[in-house]
Amino acid sequence: MKTAIDEILEKPHEGNLIYTAKDFKPNVDVRWCAGCGAISVLSPSQRLMPELGIPKEKIVYVSGIGCSGRFPYYMDTYGFHSIHGRALGIASGLKIARPDLSVWVVTGDGDNMSIGGNHFIHACRRNVDLNIMMFNNEVYSLTKGQYSPTSHRGQITKSSPLGALDDPFNPVSLALGAGATFVARGHDKDRNQLQQLLKRAHEHKGVSFVEIYTNCRIFNDGAFDLYTNAETRDNHTIFLEHGKPLVFGKTKNKGIILDGYTPKVVNLDQGDHSVSDLLIHNEKDSTLAFILANMTYSEDLPRPMGVLQAIHRTPYEERVVNQIQHEITTKGEGDLQGLLAGESNWLV
Amino acid sequence: MTKILEHLEEATIRFAGDSGDGMQLVGTQFSETAGFAGNEVNTFPDYPSEIRAPEGTLYGVSAFQVHFGTRNIHTSGDFIDVLVAMNASSLKVNLTNLRKGGIIIANTEGFDAHNLALAKYETNPLEDETLNGYEVHSLNITRELKSSLKEVGVSSKLIAKIKNIFALGITYWLFHRSMEPTANWINKKFKGKDDVILANVSALHAGWNYAERDEHFRKQYVIDRSPLPPGRYRNITGNEAIALGLVVAARKANLPLFLGSYPITPATDILHSISGYKKYGVKHLQAEDEIAGICSAIGAAFGGSLAATTTSGPGLSLKTEAMGLAVITELPLIVVDVQRAGPSTGIPTKTEQGDLLMGMFSRHGEAPMPILAASGSGDCFDITLEAARIALKYMTPVLILSDGYIGQASEPWKIPSVNSIPEIKAYFTTDPSNFAPYKRDEQTLRRQWAVPGFEGMEHRIGGLEKEDGSGNVSSDSINHEKMVRLRQEKIERIANDIPDAVVEGEQEGDLLLISWGSTYGAAKTAFERLKEKGTPVSFVHLRYMNPFPKNLASILDRFQRVVIPELNMGQLKLLIQAKYLKPVIGIHKVQGKPFKSVELEEKLDNLLTQKVELV
Repeated sequence: MKTAIDEILEKPHEGNLIYTAKDFKPNVDVRWCAGCGAISVLSPSQRLMPELGIPKEKIVYVSGIGCSGRFPYYMDTYGFHSIHGRALGIASGLKIARPDLSVWVVTGDGDNMSIGGNHFIHACRRNVDLNIMMFNNEVYSLTKGQYSPTSHRGQITKSSPLGALDDPFNPVSLALGAGATFVARGHDKDRNQLQQLLKRAHEHKGVSFVEIYTNCRIFNDGAFDLYTNAETRDNHTIFLEHGKPLVFGKTKNKGIILDGYTPKVVNLDQGDHSVSDLLIHNEKDSTLAFILANMTYSEDLPRPMGVLQAIHRTPYEERVVNQIQHEITTKGEGDLQGLLAGESNWLV
Repeated sequence: MTKILEHLEEATIRFAGDSGDGMQLVGTQFSETAGFAGNEVNTFPDYPSEIRAPEGTLYGVSAFQVHFGTRNIHTSGDFIDVLVAMNASSLKVNLTNLRKGGIIIANTEGFDAHNLALAKYETNPLEDETLNGYEVHSLNITRELKSSLKEVGVSSKLIAKIKNIFALGITYWLFHRSMEPTANWINKKFKGKDDVILANVSALHAGWNYAERDEHFRKQYVIDRSPLPPGRYRNITGNEAIALGLVVAARKANLPLFLGSYPITPATDILHSISGYKKYGVKHLQAEDEIAGICSAIGAAFGGSLAATTTSGPGLSLKTEAMGLAVITELPLIVVDVQRAGPSTGIPTKTEQGDLLMGMFSRHGEAPMPILAASGSGDCFDITLEAARIALKYMTPVLILSDGYIGQASEPWKIPSVNSIPEIKAYFTTDPSNFAPYKRDEQTLRRQWAVPGFEGMEHRIGGLEKEDGSGNVSSDSINHEKMVRLRQEKIERIANDIPDAVVEGEQEGDLLLISWGSTYGAAKTAFERLKEKGTPVSFVHLRYMNPFPKNLASILDRFQRVVIPELNMGQLKLLIQAKYLKPVIGIHKVQGKPFKSVELEEKLDNLLTQKVELV
């Protein structure tokens, strides 16, 4: 059934479709603190957009509350800065109503794991085709420094001066457990890698969850240094690549094997193990994804980065359209007068 | 033996039994048949919150009341004329409402020692003096069914399921009704199951024949056709009417419809209906909670749908923050609250009008939004169309207040012709050269609306205060006050675009009765009765709660005293007193039940004769 919206949308795009990153920079000042990790996500996003080959009026950024919530103002696309924790509700409704749009959700560890936690698990389960970027800085920054659901136990913050008593969520495990089809992790110190992950998220049909470590210079500076600084990250992270063995280390001298279901680090330069012994990453294997995700808070294992899982399930909004189409095909387009008349009626 | 035919103007029948006794079903059938017979009808389904409450208990009684007559049927009936009681508990809880001399049809199977104990009867009321002064017909329905259906050959299991239909047959005899509409319904409902159809239709006739044969049934009652405007009619509940209203409004606005909702009594039927309308192109999301329900609707509205969310009190509490977001982003949105008895979980299945002030004031900051209240089941359709018109014309969320009573009660509804319903306009901006998201239409103050996909109008909106015109984020103090005033002024201007309130009766005088929402029926009936008696009282019903009709101030000025009956502690009273500085006499009832017209009639009579002080 064609509506007024369809008629407007059917008009062909008139302007140039060849964009540069500059086309996505609106004429406003970026008001994040100098050195904020969020800024490092902005340029990969602006650089990615021209690669997508879609008119920019078809792109929407939806955010919640927190430092991450400002993101849509800095992208010259359509945008909706909503309320705390609810970006996914708004984005879900938008994408279900308008499957033609590319919908991005920008959220944070407080917004998405705490107040928006329920919407997050249901967005994962439902598999609406949304690209979720979660800026994780392991602290509430916009409210000036309280511990968040991803802060570690013992973390000293303004609301935990004697150390936080909570244990953190592992966001990628939570996403996998809730049924997310695409789960990845990146960080603010490697913009090219991040841009590639965001591109993968865009290409994935269904919900995509990208956890992004973003350093908060003011309230939790250096939280991810071990995993993001050039000097230490090679020994403390492992970048997952589909079909490739799990090798890491500055000199690519270490790898991961499975001992039962438990991942273990082995050295490749001592003669006991070779690359052929190593675990091979398979994005389609959701059991493996859980095992890899669980390496996250281990002190002995490198932290997994990259795409943990990419599997296909029909996106929700597509099922909605299919159900409508099926009804119309089998029963014919609804006759409104007949609907009003109901099943039984009488003449006076 | 000869039976007597007696003509009546109106009657009220109540079917009562356990939740599993099928009382809602026979009540619905009885009301449909009354509609077919050309009567005015108003119903009241009254059931417990428990899905299958323990059998035979006082709190587990499920009932369906039908008030039908030749004219002026505005309520579901003050008192019961005929009570069908399937067990002792259903007799006990309904007896106080039975008219003296009323008819009781009791199934003696529900009056054994166990049932009597559950109903806390020490002796059997069918056998002692409890029911002196009533016309009592006691019968063992299973025994009667077995003997009359001997030749048909119906299993005992099936017999247990058609006892309600037998009782319905008796009531059809009593009111001289045709059995055809129900027989047709049975044939349709159980299509393909010939044994079930045969059993049900036979039970219906067996009930009729039982009454026809039984010498204690001496009188049949005839209720003539109503002088209704000609046309095609159906029965409709308020919830059904809202669902239909949403679909028609979207079609008339030429927009896709999106419903984001979460199940909650007594509003869920709207979600049920909409979820079945796929072939009309409707999209819905049963969200993970009330907040996601409204947020998904806001998202869909941002994308250019006619979007709605439906709920009841506790859900409205949860939605308030998002309603504030819809106010500041100035997006069209329909929020439906089918009010129920509160506070908190309250009594989920019982009605109340306790959410008017929440609708007005629950959002933080200055966050005005229009509020419309439906006066009856059928009016829920019109009010939904009106809500859509206002939402799109003024770019604002609109709250519709219905309640558990009109949401679930049904009445005959003259089926409108889709073609005769006026178009609703959605005001999109398609010219990028002239676009700014908070640039306003001079007359309505409506902001410009461009949705994702419109080329060259990419912009950002959100919950932060906006700069007038450009829509850029702004914390400027002067701009903030300007925007607060603009949003307020926009809602107030809607008063120029809605019908004046209408005074029935004398246009000035001593006493003005004002009703709103579902109190319309009882208030209107009370007003008509008083008028017939020559009592000087005037009547206004309000459907527009915010803003009020423009002429309300001058109406209030023309009366000495104003009285407002409400199913709350005086919420409209507070608004009227605050806005117009006019003292109001409140009549309050918070029992989970609608007003009886006779209650209002008595109170108004007292006010008129004895100059009672303010309540």
